[in-house]
Amino acid sequence: MRNFFYLLYKSFVDVAALIVVLFFFQLFVIGEPFPDMAKMITGLVLVVFGLFVFMRGLEMALFPIGESMAYSFAEKGNIWLLVLFAAAIGYTTTIAEPTLIAIAGKAAIITNNKISAFGLRNAVAIGVAIGIAIGTLRIILGHPIHYYIITGYIIVMAMTVIAPKEIIGLAYDSGGVTTSTVTVPLVTALGVGLASSIAGRNPLVDGFGLIAFASLTPILSVMCYGLLVL
Amino acid sequence: MEIVTPILYDLLSVSRDCAPVLAVILFFQFVVLKKALPNPHKMTIGLVAVMAGLYLFLLGLDMAIFPIGKSMAASLSTPDKYVWTMLFAFCIGYSTAMAEPALLAVAQKAEEISAGGLPSFYLRNAVAIGVAVGLTLGVHRIFVGGQLWVYILCGYVVTVALTFMAPKEIVPLAYDLGGVTTSTITVPLVAALGIGLASNIPGRDPLVDGFGLIAFAAGSPMISVLGYAVIAKYIKEPKKVRR
Repeated sequence: MRNFFYLLYKSFVDVAALIVVLFFFQLFVIGEPFPDMAKMITGLVLVVFGLFVFMRGLEMALFPIGESMAYSFAEKGNIWLLVLFAAAIGYTTTIAEPTLIAIAGKAAIITNNKISAFGLRNAVAIGVAIGIAIGTLRIILGHPIHYYIITGYIIVMAMTVIAPKEIIGLAYDSGGVTTSTVTVPLVTALGVGLASSIAGRNPLVDGFGLIAFASLTPILSVMCYGLLVL
Repeated sequence: MEIVTPILYDLLSVSRDCAPVLAVILFFQFVVLKKALPNPHKMTIGLVAVMAGLYLFLLGLDMAIFPIGKSMAASLSTPDKYVWTMLFAFCIGYSTAMAEPALLAVAQKAEEISAGGLPSFYLRNAVAIGVAVGLTLGVHRIFVGGQLWVYILCGYVVTVALTFMAPKEIVPLAYDLGGVTTSTITVPLVAALGIGLASNIPGRDPLVDGFGLIAFAAGSPMISVLGYAVIAKYIKEPKKVRR
């Protein structure tokens, strides 16, 4: 019971800075009371409690599932099956991402369907799938990450020059929308679990980095899509 | 109606977020690996907790944080409130990053793996200070003008330089933390601030300048985490570094 309150308190501390900032600016800078105090407090209680429940679920399920699956794949010894799994996680979580659906819809309207919502969502999702697949291969091979990422940056810069102007902003943004709150812990646990189950790999040096790949490759795939359709 | 819409919308977005991941996990677990999940009861309770927790969190954000944060961003984004807007950008960058669930998850994992060598609280602070400084710089750019790509290119160059100076253990983690900060809380508030500013200051384009702010929030944590590691290494073993 004591533990329960301690963990709840920890979640409160995580949100505390945000609460202080909002109260300070509302009361002292804007100089107005909150329009609906009851709603404000209910909302804050929900935020703290929701974060607390989410963190417990993370420890109970998302982390152990990611790690146990990484171990099972390593045990099975089939690299390509693992890469396929990683790509499938990347594709399915991205294609259904609510932020991406909203952005793709807007992009289709603005460009008179020259960019189709379906096409853009697939371009991003395929980009994420390829990124996580390459990232998983990197963990298996044990290569240093920065060669991959720096090469990626250089290609992004080069593609920015040749890609149609209308697609560039969208492409850069799509790198940021692909990292949802459920995918991040799962993919992190998968990478770390994989690095700890292969002899000679260090979970810290080799296990992290999948998210970095997943944020970089969609920029490239969206620019390629732009080159094809515009 | 005013309350019902966010309740339904959040429920829909959480299930859309979770359903495909669950489907892929279950398919590979039972069809490909042909293994039962270890501790099925605990896993089920945990997955329900993830979805319920995320749902309550989003619902609370929609009730308390987003309306007030967005109206604040709108009322602060006028050219005559330069100092307050900069301070607001700094504070909102720091505080939203500290509360970001995805960042909490990655930082906790890093602390666990480094056996306490990279405390979650320090990592999160390094990221949050990075987001805060990045956003302040981004808001400054909207006020004074200047090409977005110049800032981004400079950011890349600094990131690459720090990559070669930092201990190799931190590099993948630092790269990951750039993508993690722009998820649930930060993006809506930052986009509101950027679009508000860009539409109130003459000569700025909401599409280019407003969204460009997110790029600052995503790029700067890489620099601050790598910087934190370089400084920590220098303090711990100055001789090795000077070698």
